[in-house]
Amino acid sequence: MAFIPHTPEDVAQMLATIGVASLEQLFDEIPAGLAIGSLSGVPEALNEMQIGRLMGERAQLDGRALCFIGAGAYEHHIPAAVWAIATRGEYYSAYTPYQAEASQGTLQTIYEFQTMIASLAGLAVANASLYDGASAFAESCLMAVRMNRKSRSKRILAARSVHPHYRRVARATAGHQGLKLEELAYDARSGRTSLAALAAHDGEDITAVAIQHPNFFGVLEDVDALASWARARGIPVIGIVNPTSLALIKPPGEWAGGADIAVGEGQPLGVPLASGGPYFGFMATRMEHVRQMPGRIVGRTLDAQGHPGFTLTLQAREQHIRRGKATSNICTNQGLAVTAATIYMSLMGPRGLARVAAACHARTHELAAALTRLNGVSAVFDAPYFHECVLRLDRPVAPVLAALASRGIQGGFDLAAEYPELGHALSVCATETKTAADIERYAAALADALRAARAA
Amino acid sequence: MQLQREKVIFEHARPGRGAHDQWPAETATPELPQEMRRTRAPLLPEVSELDVVRHFTRLSQLNFSIDTHFYPLGSCTMKYNPKACNAYAMLPQFLARHPLAPESQGQGLLGCLYELQEMLRAVTGMPGIALSPMAGAQGEFAGVAMIRAYHASRGEAARDEIIVPEAAHGTNPATASMCGCTVREIPVGAEGDVDLEALRAAVGPRTAGIMLTNPSTLGVFERNIVEVAAVVHAAGGLLYYDGANLNAILGKVRPGDMGFDVMHMNLHKTFSTPHGGGGPGAGAVGAAERLLPFLPVPIVGQGPGGYRWLSESDRPQSIGRLSAFMGNTGVLLRAYVYMRMLGREGLRQVGEYATLNANYLLARLRAAGFDPAYPGRRASHEFIVTLKRQARELDVTAMDFAKRLLDFGLHAPTTYFPLLVPECLLIEPTETESKESLDGFAEAMAQIQREAEQEPEHVRSAPHNMVVRRLDDVRAARELDLTWRPSA
Amino acid sequence: MSHIPSDLKYTKTHEWLRQLPDGQLEVGITDHAQEQLGDLVFVEVPEAGRTLAVGEAYAVVESVKAASDVYSPLAGVITAVNGALKDSPELINQDPFGQGWLVRIKPASGAAGELMSADDYARLIVAEGE
Repeated sequence: MAFIPHTPEDVAQMLATIGVASLEQLFDEIPAGLAIGSLSGVPEALNEMQIGRLMGERAQLDGRALCFIGAGAYEHHIPAAVWAIATRGEYYSAYTPYQAEASQGTLQTIYEFQTMIASLAGLAVANASLYDGASAFAESCLMAVRMNRKSRSKRILAARSVHPHYRRVARATAGHQGLKLEELAYDARSGRTSLAALAAHDGEDITAVAIQHPNFFGVLEDVDALASWARARGIPVIGIVNPTSLALIKPPGEWAGGADIAVGEGQPLGVPLASGGPYFGFMATRMEHVRQMPGRIVGRTLDAQGHPGFTLTLQAREQHIRRGKATSNICTNQGLAVTAATIYMSLMGPRGLARVAAACHARTHELAAALTRLNGVSAVFDAPYFHECVLRLDRPVAPVLAALASRGIQGGFDLAAEYPELGHALSVCATETKTAADIERYAAALADALRAARAA
Repeated sequence: MQLQREKVIFEHARPGRGAHDQWPAETATPELPQEMRRTRAPLLPEVSELDVVRHFTRLSQLNFSIDTHFYPLGSCTMKYNPKACNAYAMLPQFLARHPLAPESQGQGLLGCLYELQEMLRAVTGMPGIALSPMAGAQGEFAGVAMIRAYHASRGEAARDEIIVPEAAHGTNPATASMCGCTVREIPVGAEGDVDLEALRAAVGPRTAGIMLTNPSTLGVFERNIVEVAAVVHAAGGLLYYDGANLNAILGKVRPGDMGFDVMHMNLHKTFSTPHGGGGPGAGAVGAAERLLPFLPVPIVGQGPGGYRWLSESDRPQSIGRLSAFMGNTGVLLRAYVYMRMLGREGLRQVGEYATLNANYLLARLRAAGFDPAYPGRRASHEFIVTLKRQARELDVTAMDFAKRLLDFGLHAPTTYFPLLVPECLLIEPTETESKESLDGFAEAMAQIQREAEQEPEHVRSAPHNMVVRRLDDVRAARELDLTWRPSA
Repeated sequence: MSHIPSDLKYTKTHEWLRQLPDGQLEVGITDHAQEQLGDLVFVEVPEAGRTLAVGEAYAVVESVKAASDVYSPLAGVITAVNGALKDSPELINQDPFGQGWLVRIKPASGAAGELMSADDYARLIVAEGE
């Protein structure tokens, strides 16, 4: 039964009240030819015990390997309180807070979230979240087009070292509105965006410059040089940032001249890896741009008796009011993920989050040191990095990763498909969840894998 | 329980306080250059773990939710979210897996997603399904982008006009604009069906397609759907199905059989994944034969070694990738568990009982003297009641009724949508509500009607029993207070 | 019943025009329009010096429930913009034909758009209300 409470007596009474003889009669407006017989493509129902067992078996199949992959999603310890509270029915099964008086819990949580994100980004205001980091980046490009009235070109410059999936998503979702995403080269030695490549666009009509920091390679950019180049030419700056790192490193609001928009993936803040979702994208901006910011925003106001309360605001910009004139069709935020992130950030506080960031930074450096001690493994870039880095192997990466996987280690992300110019390159990441013993285990397994192949 | 206002969490903070048990040990970071460091700490609260637990638990208690209140929000499908769906989607191995982990260490997850694709094919009648769009609006975007790609592949990129009925949800024209299309609105007749004559006049060589939902946003079945499909197809256009109202016909009628070429589903409506205070949703899309090549990636396929992800290289005509990874996988797992628990018989019952409940509640409200917007029509899974008479005669509006319902412990229905019907309430009880629940709502509405006649000011100044009174949203938009600031 | 000064001209999209002594035209939105919109929370105005075509959308008036484009009833150049609206959008609600003016335009030669008398505009509002 589909969680249906009706007894046969209920059904009989209800049909009588409506004035029909049977349930089928309620569908008499539907052309007869459209009615289907049965859903033969769907299996028979399972009760909760049966589906529980099936899901348990499937989960076992996937197991739990030791994970050293970053590349846009990061494994962090999530305190038990986070999801114990976020899955409370009052948060879990509440709708979008359109009836504000009945949704003060959700609305206040979002207001607190906006405050924390804005501050992490070093900017004045943040929205209630977008779908994920990639779509937040796409939305920031569209926002830059709206904001930058002087520019007609819709050209956004973003380095090749910006997450490849983010750039693909921006093209797929914003390409229809004339957006042109153009690639800037990165410096082969440092791994940073080439300032010379950026400067080559001097005098051109550029709508915005996007800087990812740390970038997809984990490398920390020279954000001040890049941002001040753009600022000096009146070109808006979009910062794509990692929220954990913002506890430790200078945020976009404090880059030379200050960025205009900050976006990124919020998953590191208390949201599990879960094979890719649901995550959330965050966006923050300066006060002067707030009316161009897409997505929901919560504001504090007063009620009829002068007491403070929270409500969705600036909704006239949203799809349900602007209709065809809206520049984005977004009508959601990632509610539950945002609730979890707000609880996480409250448990961590400024010092806890800084400690997580520092531990990730240190563990990745220890991992890199341990692995580059092996013959056939070397570092690719020489600029400082935050919590992931790129290593070069003396042979194709894929078979090595397969050998590690068979020993329960997910060694990193193979860059061969996205960055063939880097040769046999592997992106590795070690967060605060990794111990010295974990790193030793990885190094030993890698040493065995490299030795075994040579011996063959 | 008397509801109490809760301070903003920053007001609970004390310097030096913190949930120390959750923090790793301090670590030095000598390799981090000084000039890159943050100089001022971010504004995150300094509170103990108990402070956090108490604060957010108390905040949650200020919400109405399906778990606590009847929530007949039209077009949102607020049905019970089974706890089992959450429990099994959150098994630790599912939660721990990185999106870029090897497929060989994801066959459990991929098996669930593949089977979900197959079940959605069966209920929609669409031969191809893609699970990655992260919300209904993203699913819509994918659908319209696919229509554009199809026409472009046939040298007909000039087809850039999307037809939309005037009662459509605001995302439809917004999505059309996002895809570089213009929107052409056509009227709806007095009985709620799309005006076929107007449609015939509106189609032509510029028509890319039409966006419809069926049952429509007016809560009634589009009786001429077969003719509508014929007219649009004959003109060279395609049909897009907005799946927001799929709950009404689940297991009874399939969009693929009605002539639709592409559709999105709202898994957070029809398939009971959680609304979560605004998200995350999932907007899976379905495609008929001619649009299959354009589905967004990635999609789960079967290979010799088991299940695998099909991406851009496998599907070169795809409209592309819409998310950084695979979409809202955790949400998809919840939908999978739901569909497995309902099975083929249970899915049929969804459409049947959702429609029974809506028609029963309509009959009760009619008997209590309320005016349905389409008195000659059956309700689908939802229906509209108009309060324009009350607004005119008593100066009590739909908004006032909505706010007063909160005092009765009932979440208000959707108000002022669709815009076509003045002072409207769009009411959708869903199949998981009991007869008692519906009777309680009808009685509350009758009571509020009496109050509107005898002491209207009491209704106009509602709500009275919530933690806040009616909020000043003009002030919220004029005097923007969007982040907390410490007072000087 | 909304106020409709007889010495002004009107458009179908609820804008008004006033001829100024120096030949310029002052424009805004009508009392009926502000009533429909409700309390205004924000007004987006263009910059002086911008050239307008007939029917071109040049401003946005935003209330809690709607954001509406404002269309130019004639072709010309914007010579002045009402800066007070930035901090006080409610001026349009309080005094739509006076302090709530939006912009002043120096008209270009050539045809203006369709303009109505006060009487015709009054009839339009009644017809729309049906």
